Amino acid sequence: MRLSGENLTCVRGGREVFAGLSFSLAGGEALLVTGRNGAGKSSLLRLMAGLVRLAEGKLTLDGGAAEASIAEQSHYLGHQDALKPALTVAENLAFWADYLGGGDVAPALDAVDLAALADLPAAYLSAGQRRRLSIARLVAVKRPIWLLDEPTSALDAASQSRLAALMRAHLAGGGIIIAATHGPIGLEGARELQMGPA
Amino acid sequence: MNALLALIKRDMRLAVRVGGGTGIGLLFFLIIVVLTTFAIGPDPKLLARIGPAILWLGALLASLLTLDRLLTSDAEDGSLDLIMMADMPLEIAVAAKASAHWLTTGLPLVIATPFLGLLLNVNPSATLAVAFALLVGTPAFTFIGLIGAALTVSLRRGGLLLSVLVLPLAVPVLIFGMAASGTAIGEANFGTAFTILCALALMSLVVGPFAAAAALRAGLD
Repeated sequence: MRLSGENLTCVRGGREVFAGLSFSLAGGEALLVTGRNGAGKSSLLRLMAGLVRLAEGKLTLDGGAAEASIAEQSHYLGHQDALKPALTVAENLAFWADYLGGGDVAPALDAVDLAALADLPAAYLSAGQRRRLSIARLVAVKRPIWLLDEPTSALDAASQSRLAALMRAHLAGGGIIIAATHGPIGLEGARELQMGPA
Repeated sequence: MNALLALIKRDMRLAVRVGGGTGIGLLFFLIIVVLTTFAIGPDPKLLARIGPAILWLGALLASLLTLDRLLTSDAEDGSLDLIMMADMPLEIAVAAKASAHWLTTGLPLVIATPFLGLLLNVNPSATLAVAFALLVGTPAFTFIGLIGAALTVSLRRGGLLLSVLVLPLAVPVLIFGMAASGTAIGEANFGTAFTILCALALMSLVVGPFAAAAALRAGLD
């Protein structure tokens, strides 16, 4: 599998966020996107998720499912958690597992250490726990590409190392990770894309 | 199919658990009817005459004004992003959300209609005609309102603007709904008006989701 972008250009709100960006990732490889605030890290991830229009350039995935778009084969972990406060932890995860094509809730909750809080309404979760529940979604439903926007924000040290282990397992299984981050997230050997003025 | 049922089930659960769902629509309907009764005063003949109109207006407003949270709440917490990325077509996803909205808001209005008809002194056969016509009309209101909800998705309090935007589309439903309801009090053909009302509802079931999905996609950056 190979995910490549050629000459990607993004325009948001009339302002050109980035232009001429190219990359190529094979299965099992990770890309860390760094840069100052406003450099366009989140826009790049949203562009790959299909949530922002591509002004110029091409994004291609070789070796994935033939009929599916890149977005349909990706997980997007954005700044928002996509959790409903009125539903419990287990109900939130079960909904996304069912909606995104099937997956097991209990092992995913164990992987992020939220099994004990399964019946707690999501309104009572702390910011770190909400983040972990979003990460559980990535564990429950198997998809080859992970687009992570500052995945370690709000996570404590133990959760960060748990996430690093999950990411390493995903890469070992042939997956691709693109993560926007301000600091190290525990993936040695990842390539780095620094975004900023030319 | 599993994904679709999961979405409908989630939305219905949220409508029941969170404020602004089932109870609010019904309460709003009740308020309109009760206030109208007081405003018009003790004139049973007049109330019976305009009762169906009050019921239809109440159902229209209760449906439209509760629709603004349908898509906005998902847009605000990032769920809409994931729904747009999933392989379930967006048209079907919004149709599922609208169905859940009708089941938790529109259907209770229809069930409440016979009781509120009593308040308005509408005779039983007319009330039944109104209830039947509303059974077809409320889905039409919901699916038409879905278009407005998609257009105002990024506004926090878009309820009123949403209603104004889709009002021109809702008016034919109102007119033929009234024609279907009013006839039981002794005019022409219930069948014709009701058939046209059904046609309008079926059209909205198709046009609504497609227009709403297009509006959501157009709203992407």
